[in-house]
Amino acid sequence: MEHSQSSPRREFWAGVKSEIPIAIGVFPFGLIFGSLGVLGGTPPLIVFAMSSIVFAGSAQFIGVAMINAVAPIFSIWTTTFFVNVRHVLYSATMGPKSQHLSLGWRVLLSYLLTDEAFVVTAWHYDNDNPEDLTHKHWFWLGAGLTLWVQWQISTAVGVVFGTQLPESWGLDFTLALTFIGMVFVTLKGKPMWGATLSAGAVAVAANGLPNKLGLMLAALTGIVVGMLLEGQGAQDE
Amino acid sequence: MNSQLAAYATSNLWLIIIGMGIITFLIRLSMIVLLGNVKISDTVMRGLRYVPPAVLSAIIFPEMLQPAPHGVLDISLGNARLVAGLVAIATALISKNMFITIGIGIVTMWIWPFIIG
Repeated sequence: MEHSQSSPRREFWAGVKSEIPIAIGVFPFGLIFGSLGVLGGTPPLIVFAMSSIVFAGSAQFIGVAMINAVAPIFSIWTTTFFVNVRHVLYSATMGPKSQHLSLGWRVLLSYLLTDEAFVVTAWHYDNDNPEDLTHKHWFWLGAGLTLWVQWQISTAVGVVFGTQLPESWGLDFTLALTFIGMVFVTLKGKPMWGATLSAGAVAVAANGLPNKLGLMLAALTGIVVGMLLEGQGAQDE
Repeated sequence: MNSQLAAYATSNLWLIIIGMGIITFLIRLSMIVLLGNVKISDTVMRGLRYVPPAVLSAIIFPEMLQPAPHGVLDISLGNARLVAGLVAIATALISKNMFITIGIGIVTMWIWPFIIG
């Protein structure tokens, strides 16, 4: 590890490098978004613009579906809120580590705070010389921009070639596969395993609840279980 | 009154997606700005470390166990997404490599229906 040589450029490219496998993994997800949106009747320019203006995969999927169904505007916004409210947890995770940054940086990095960028960035902040925040935001920028560029390209390709993608390929599942990689490649320790498995179990059990309530319930369960197991482990020692 | 709902005007489409963008952005920005003057307790900080696996796992497992398009619980060998997901989890734990995990997961999902006939 080259902690002592941390520099903006080095951090930026480390962020890019960490994000690339994830960006490739979710590329098919962008293709599908672009194609589904256009096939459902939303104007191509709107579908494409959504990927830069909204920049949140699952909310965009639900958003185009509701646009294609001519849902009331307010209900589209409400749904967007519930689908994305999990990002409050990401924001709370990164908030304490961002207080030395200018408002401009915080605005830019918030815009780039997707699931995919958050996970690699949070891991980097926690595991690579956690005390030193000097240039870490450049890592966040690198990871975030990499996913952003990928998302614009994959959406555009989906919008243009969407009609030729067979649904039977099951490409929408690549998002879950990418998330599996993001969680399980680095998963270690009983508390982390407990958080992961309990959140998964609650999510399945509560999947029928409205407004993505099951997702938040599951996430909070995972956090609590992780902390309880951590406390238990500390007592055992 | 026209009995059939008209699609949105173009200006409304822009309004919809700009609104979605603002909502999403404000959620992401919220704690990054608000936490400025608040001291976070160590307990909360420790809890936040479990956010990534907990949230992602809450997205992953329903996708595997209640697969699209029906979303009905399906714990059987006929559920290719469940099998592919489990194979991908095993691959991730062994290989510690994102590319291999995603690649083997996709291939498993594609060939599994042929394996079980």
